[in-house]
Amino acid sequence: MLKIKDLTVNVENKQILKGLNLEVNAGEIHAIMGPNGAGKSTLSHVLSGKAGYEVTGGSVTFNGKDLLEMPAEIRAREGVFLAFQYPVEIAGVTNVYLLKAALNAVRKHKGLSEVDAMDFLTLVKAKTKALEMDEKFLYRAVNEGFSGGEKKRNEILQMAMLEPQLCILDETDSGLDIDALRIVADGVNALRSENRSFIMVTHYQRLLDYIKPDFVHVLADGKIVKSGGADLALELEEKGYGWLEQA
Amino acid sequence: MSISWLEDLRQQAAAQFETTGFPASNLEDWRYTNVSAIAKNEFPIAKFVEDVDFDAVESGSAFHFVLVDGYFREELSNLPEDITVCSINDALKKHDDLLQAKFNQAIQNTHGFIDFNMANFTDGLFVHVPKNAILEKPLQIIHIATQKAVLPTRHVVILDENAKAELIEMFVSPEKHAYFTNSVAEIFVGENADLTLYKVQQEGENAYHFGGIYVQQQKHARFTHHNFALGSLLARSDVVSDLETAAECELNGLYLGNQNQHLDNLTRINHKQPHGISREFYKGILNDKARGVFQGRIVVAENAQKIDSQMNNRNLLLSNEAEIDTKPQLEIYADDVKCSHGVTVGQLDEKSIFYLQSRGIDEETAKHILTFAFANEMVEKIGFEPLKKQLKTQLSSRFPTI
Repeated sequence: MLKIKDLTVNVENKQILKGLNLEVNAGEIHAIMGPNGAGKSTLSHVLSGKAGYEVTGGSVTFNGKDLLEMPAEIRAREGVFLAFQYPVEIAGVTNVYLLKAALNAVRKHKGLSEVDAMDFLTLVKAKTKALEMDEKFLYRAVNEGFSGGEKKRNEILQMAMLEPQLCILDETDSGLDIDALRIVADGVNALRSENRSFIMVTHYQRLLDYIKPDFVHVLADGKIVKSGGADLALELEEKGYGWLEQA
Repeated sequence: MSISWLEDLRQQAAAQFETTGFPASNLEDWRYTNVSAIAKNEFPIAKFVEDVDFDAVESGSAFHFVLVDGYFREELSNLPEDITVCSINDALKKHDDLLQAKFNQAIQNTHGFIDFNMANFTDGLFVHVPKNAILEKPLQIIHIATQKAVLPTRHVVILDENAKAELIEMFVSPEKHAYFTNSVAEIFVGENADLTLYKVQQEGENAYHFGGIYVQQQKHARFTHHNFALGSLLARSDVVSDLETAAECELNGLYLGNQNQHLDNLTRINHKQPHGISREFYKGILNDKARGVFQGRIVVAENAQKIDSQMNNRNLLLSNEAEIDTKPQLEIYADDVKCSHGVTVGQLDEKSIFYLQSRGIDEETAKHILTFAFANEMVEKIGFEPLKKQLKTQLSSRFPTI
């Protein structure tokens, strides 16, 4: 599904990713862990198409297509979804409006008709309930005045509505208390399927207690320096990242 | 028919205008707006034309008072029966005493456009809502411009004690040619009376517009104004209100400029007595080479203690060549007041644009969604649903989303 080859990326003329390789197949969950400043957020942002990142080498293909050539909205429509570490607040745009506009943009891209208004409401209410969110959130401005946990749940709600193929969770566990973490994790687990893959970018092992990864990679100094199974996360939790950087 | 008191006022104003002409840009209140193009056009005063090609507006959720080229058209209008609403020319015949007592009383500082208006107004609206009366439906005042001329109109609106009314004034034109609307309204809001006034300026694209609204608020009187500047080539709006004890004034505004439009908004809130409340919120969106001006001043007199006043002006510049001159001023002579003001000038937030893109929405649509949301905040404040709907539709067509 996703193939990253020898990816090098500069931010403000400084090399952040220094030859990153990663392959994610359908249905897999990959965790990317690593110390601060290793390039974790850069990786999520580059995959989602955010401006300000200069790709200086390597390639990224998504379902055989060159992902880096696509503008951000096309990546989203093709099925790449980034759950932001810091979701922005958008005054004056309601959640329900954004969800509908986004869903219709994705559907149009797939050659489907616009979603029926009643079907949409039924769907969005069901998903909202599943994430233990009050329906009132739908009619509030996007993320405006939401708590940290509410914002993260809102990201998962959008994900659930758009049904992407590749979900990138950027530090989704940061700022969440245990209850919110459980709800978010349940939301993600409910979306697991053999056609959908996840990349979880996280500093801590905590999230992985709730969402069990198939693979764990350690990103340090712009490269993946070690890969393993779920056990690797536990090892990292115990030993920290220092021993890898020294190696 | 000539009424001597009015003739005197007209002659004085004409003499004054002869000396000063339209306001020059060396005057402080006019420094951001050059109006010399108006005089250069040498517009004649619009004439009354017998036959006009418009249909009467369907009565429904509002009453209608229609002015074509500055002349009241009874055949196109529908007016309330129980409350005095008539043309100013009719009022001069029927309500001369009341009119004389109020005429020119709401205007403290005159200037060339006001003098010109006094000397030349052709017609206008007169409203008198007596004590404890309520105008049951909003009164919509529709100015339709068709001639290449100057259209000077004058309104006098009087609400007696405890009266209540809602007015919607719209300026429209089916024409693309240049003309000049010159509109002055004097508004008297009596003790504990409540007036809401909407102004929707959507003049033709080459029109010049001056609209001045001068308000006197008695004790506990409430005045709410919603000022939408959408059309014209060059427009100047004055909104000036004097507040007696515990009067409340709310001024909302939205100016949307594109191409070469120049939209100037001047407001003055004069707290003359204690315990008044004022809320002012103006927003501007300027695209292309459009230029906006916001000059808001709140004056709190020395004895006007316990005033609670807020002024806010927020601007969105959508192009590098667009410009805003904003000058919020608090002039406070009392020592026990709560007054604040704030101004922002900015562009659309890149992070918000990217957020929407990351959800599959293309960049242009994302920008439209955010711009619409910025403007819509002012539209949402409209209490009269049909007007809210109409303005939303207009905003949507200006900033098309999906």
